[in-house]
Amino acid sequence: MNTSPLLSIRNLSVSFNTSRGPFRAVEGVDLDVAPGEVVAIVGESGSGKSVAMLAVMGLLPWTATVTADRMMFDGRDLIGISARERRSIIGRDLAMIFQEPMSSLNPCFTVGFQLREAMAAHLDLSRAQRQARAVELLELVGIPEPERRLKAFPHQLSGGMSQRVMIAMALACNPKLIIADEPTTALDVTIQAQILDLLLKLQRERGLGLVLITHDMGVVAETSQRVCVQYAGQQVEMQETVSLFRDPHHPYTSALLAALPERASGRLLPSIPGVVPGLADRPAGCLFSPRCRFATERCRTVPPPRAGAELGFALCHTPLVAGVPQVLETLA
Amino acid sequence: MFRFLIRRVALTVPTFVALMFVTFVAVRLVPGDPIEARTGERGIAPERLAQLRHELGLDQPVWQQFLDYAGGLLHGDFGVSIVTKTPVIQEFAILFPATLELSLCALIFAVVFGIPAGVLAAVKRGGAVDHTVMTVALTGYSMPIFWWGLLLIMFMSEYLGLTPVSGRMDLINYYFEPVTGFMLIDSLLSGQEGAFGSAVAHLILPSIVLGTIPLAVIARMTRSSMLEVLGEDYVRTARAKGLSPLRVVGLHALRNALIPVVTVIGLQTGTLLAGAVLTETIFAWPGVGKWLIESISRRDYPALQGGIMLISGIVILVNLIVDLTYVAINPRIRHGG
Repeated sequence: MNTSPLLSIRNLSVSFNTSRGPFRAVEGVDLDVAPGEVVAIVGESGSGKSVAMLAVMGLLPWTATVTADRMMFDGRDLIGISARERRSIIGRDLAMIFQEPMSSLNPCFTVGFQLREAMAAHLDLSRAQRQARAVELLELVGIPEPERRLKAFPHQLSGGMSQRVMIAMALACNPKLIIADEPTTALDVTIQAQILDLLLKLQRERGLGLVLITHDMGVVAETSQRVCVQYAGQQVEMQETVSLFRDPHHPYTSALLAALPERASGRLLPSIPGVVPGLADRPAGCLFSPRCRFATERCRTVPPPRAGAELGFALCHTPLVAGVPQVLETLA
Repeated sequence: MFRFLIRRVALTVPTFVALMFVTFVAVRLVPGDPIEARTGERGIAPERLAQLRHELGLDQPVWQQFLDYAGGLLHGDFGVSIVTKTPVIQEFAILFPATLELSLCALIFAVVFGIPAGVLAAVKRGGAVDHTVMTVALTGYSMPIFWWGLLLIMFMSEYLGLTPVSGRMDLINYYFEPVTGFMLIDSLLSGQEGAFGSAVAHLILPSIVLGTIPLAVIARMTRSSMLEVLGEDYVRTARAKGLSPLRVVGLHALRNALIPVVTVIGLQTGTLLAGAVLTETIFAWPGVGKWLIESISRRDYPALQGGIMLISGIVILVNLIVDLTYVAINPRIRHGG
């Protein structure tokens, strides 16, 4: 992976204006995705995974304020880009798949209409060519009887089928990068694996970059080359997947991995005590300190520094090495 | 779909029966009777009064009168006007095109301005446009039709001299036999230069007056429906495709938002026909509304009963059509999903 990254983000922050003042949903997220690479973003609900990626797509409501030191996609700067220019990128080179396939398709239009529409917006194809490509795409995502399905309305499709259509729609204009926001969460367990396999197969065949937002560590282990861990809007760690599972550097990552059912040794499943801090009860220091078993007084009062690459860019005063906290005196 | 239609039509039967009863009673609750209304203060000889009452069937017990009336209706007989001695349905047929033309123009005015205003308010939620649209809508909705009509006449016709004060046509300069009863069409058919312009000019003020309440209702409904739809996942999907805002809002969002709006538009036919009674009176518009008002002062029972039944029948029919339209634009109902 020594090619220049497809997507490169530095210090991305998103805050929402609420009636109780600004709420920082995402704080200091860095991300690089190379062509053909699968990067997973993991975190609990409300950790700002989706918001960060919606910010890249420019799909946040107007109440959101997005700032970043760098946000480049395929050599184009996404900061300060005009709405028109952004529209020429999203849906074509940069596509997104959402969590709720059933509600993500417009109930008033046929599947075919919604598929062809994406092509009409970006590709220079005739009506007949678009129709042919729509059939082709449905075949590609494994939908039987594509001609008939194109005439169907979304409510006539199952959840898995809808997500296949969403994937077909994302692929319609040959994107370079797909952002998949928990693409399997809303589906039946039996369908989840099928959809994930399909997504990864298409990713490999077409050499796409893929950002996979998930809260499932199992999915992370099976699919991604690199992982970015988010907690309460902050990026707390980023590592190669293999080394992250072997040696997590941030206590949160470590606790997440310890909570995997297949790693549980006793009768009880291990869990992380406490909840993610909300708007009102954000700690002064490290946001994870109230739930961290290694937390010191300094953790509770002083915001943690970002460690180097060798420590997985962990946002921690005492990053773990082989499960043992290291005191970063040199950095302090 | 067919079963839905049958059920929907069957549901209108009790409505008609109730209407029949209510109109019959309401008409008779007004003090005085047709003969008193015609003789006035001059008085009338008792024998003549008895004779007239007998001719009109007013000497029979009320329940017998109701049965005669209901029986007539079941046979499609709406009675004969006491005053003009012509069948009610015939009078209605002559006058109704004028009311229909006015109502349609008012509805077009309401839809053409109401829907875009609602969409704009929703898209610019909380902004100056939103506040303006909602304030104007609330004012329009609260305005008494009578007062609003007179205000417009004073300003537009008297002060600015832009529009005619009353009627459907400048009868001094143009005359032609009605063909369809729609002045806009008949004036064109007549081939007389300027007649169509005159018809349009006469329609402007009444249409605005009659269309104001529906406009307000449609604008408010469109806004709230749009606000809901704009937050839906599929709108985000449409944006994620890189579609233009016009297409996202005007096609993906609006198509879904229109479903409740169409229902509301349908419900406005009642408002329109009721409003037509007032509007036609203000503008001396020779339609059904003005005819009904005149029939009240003449205590013309058959005309009132028949006229109200016919208008109600039209409202019920339009609501039926609206329900079917609803099915047509919402595939989830169409396919019984």
